[in-house]
Amino acid sequence: MSNKILAFVESKDGKFKNSAFEVVTEANKIATDSGAELIVLSIGTGVDAEAKNLASYGAKKLFSVDLADINSKAPAQGFQYSPSSFAKVISEVAGSQNANIILLSGTSLGKDLIGRIAVKTNSSVFNDCVDLKIKDGNIIASRPVYAGKSIIDVKANNDKLVLSLRPNVFKAHKVENENIDIEKVDVNTLNLNEKDFSSVVKEIVVSNEKLDVAEADRIVSGGRGLRGPENFNLIEDLAASIGGATGASRAVVDAGWRPHSEQVGQTGKTVSPSLYIACGISGAIQHMAGMSSSKCIVAINKDKDAPIFQIANYGIVGDVFEIIPALTDEFKKVVSN
Amino acid sequence: MKIIVCVSLVPDSTTKVKVSDSQKSIDESGVSYILNPYDEFAVEEALKLKEKNGGEVIAVSFGTDKAKDAIKKSFQMGAEKGVLIKSSSADFDTFTVAKNLSDYLKGQNADIILFGKQSIDFDGLLVPSMVSEFLNIPSISVVVKLDIEGDKVTAEREVEGGKEIVEATLPIIIGAQKGLNEPRYPNLKSIMAAKSKPIEEIPATYTGNTVEIIEMKLPPAKAGGKIFTNGKDDVAELVRLLREEAKVI
Repeated sequence: MSNKILAFVESKDGKFKNSAFEVVTEANKIATDSGAELIVLSIGTGVDAEAKNLASYGAKKLFSVDLADINSKAPAQGFQYSPSSFAKVISEVAGSQNANIILLSGTSLGKDLIGRIAVKTNSSVFNDCVDLKIKDGNIIASRPVYAGKSIIDVKANNDKLVLSLRPNVFKAHKVENENIDIEKVDVNTLNLNEKDFSSVVKEIVVSNEKLDVAEADRIVSGGRGLRGPENFNLIEDLAASIGGATGASRAVVDAGWRPHSEQVGQTGKTVSPSLYIACGISGAIQHMAGMSSSKCIVAINKDKDAPIFQIANYGIVGDVFEIIPALTDEFKKVVSN
Repeated sequence: MKIIVCVSLVPDSTTKVKVSDSQKSIDESGVSYILNPYDEFAVEEALKLKEKNGGEVIAVSFGTDKAKDAIKKSFQMGAEKGVLIKSSSADFDTFTVAKNLSDYLKGQNADIILFGKQSIDFDGLLVPSMVSEFLNIPSISVVVKLDIEGDKVTAEREVEGGKEIVEATLPIIIGAQKGLNEPRYPNLKSIMAAKSKPIEEIPATYTGNTVEIIEMKLPPAKAGGKIFTNGKDDVAELVRLLREEAKVI
């Protein structure tokens, strides 16, 4: 049985996002390991100039759909995009190209599209995969469940599959390839209709330029040990010294010290950065569930018995108010070298 | 307004997860079950919509008999009626949930169908958008703000680095995110009233999983870390290790 893989890549303002390179790398690896063909699909604006970038991660064939062309099919104008239309386009291209396996990155957009695509294409669906293997010709995916307290290995009961990769887990790797054939897709062949624009994104509001904790490779989080919202500048400075994002425990979010968008944990965000520094966070099960798959965990806490030390790779027991500034200074020295 | 909220029962978030003998599911002994936390935001929003627009709130769940507890919790918050779509087996996947809910919802002509954005057991984030496809009704998930004026829907949805403002018209499917509202606590009066609210039981219309769990396992245990105890005097050594040993700086 020969598989054909379609990888969907996201772009912004003509540039492919990091998640695009992660998806192409993994899709190329799966394609190579299973003898499948790989095609890449992009919906965006002016990405053709950047296509060579995709090539260097293993993409040899790119189907390019222009966002403005899609939007022109809507009954009314004046919006950014419609997720349903993206799901339709991806499903139609996969169908016409006979791609039975569709890969997306589990970004906000990816997570919104994957269920829709699964129903449209009658595919099994795995959301938020952290590992993929080929066994006996099948793709076996590992995905975290119970907020990451457990992992399940799953297989499709179907030869059609759509899956999403957790961002920042599958690393993008360049390969020896420069050639990419770009085919522009004619939207008139995609069966877009009114229903595909039944909900539209009117506006995208960027929250004050801060790096989002869900996208960051380095995170510094603060908890109740910081004693008050006024002390979180220590967390922000430490994060800035390593180019990281700031995160927060549920306790300080519920207390109103930090916004919910920074919350890491079972009812917040699940993150898997290369480096996670937890300051003044005791390590409730629900917090740990949100960050335990971080590659390197550092804990700073005055309580040597705090549960967080049990999952930390490194830790310092002591006063956060002394340690955090000292750490910030030391990082600044080292990072500037 | 006809308001339907789909709810599910999940293990309490403090549960220490153990794998059962089958190696494909959790060991249920000692686990206490709660209404999925994200569903609380959905139920609260449903109640607020009813208070503003009139109508009724119906709580619907798919699962075994146990799922009635999720409906009962919804009753305690203020939902009026309940429907259990009864599965004969506890082994069902996301597709089966979405298909059964959709088969029921198709005939209901609800103005709005609310879900929690995900259930904290399988963390799929799939059901609302799959039901949307089956019913051909628009869906908006990870919603932190919802305004409905007449049949015009404006929702704010959380995305990386910010929010999207999304527009649609009724009927609509909404996936609630934390922060959408403050779920009310049941009081004695609402808990007593809940006892006599009816739960209609109907059989499942669909079986047939599309995903098979081959194995459930615990994440690899972390080997003991290097924990220093000299406070800020350890900072230089910590940074050296992060750089040279862990190679993350």
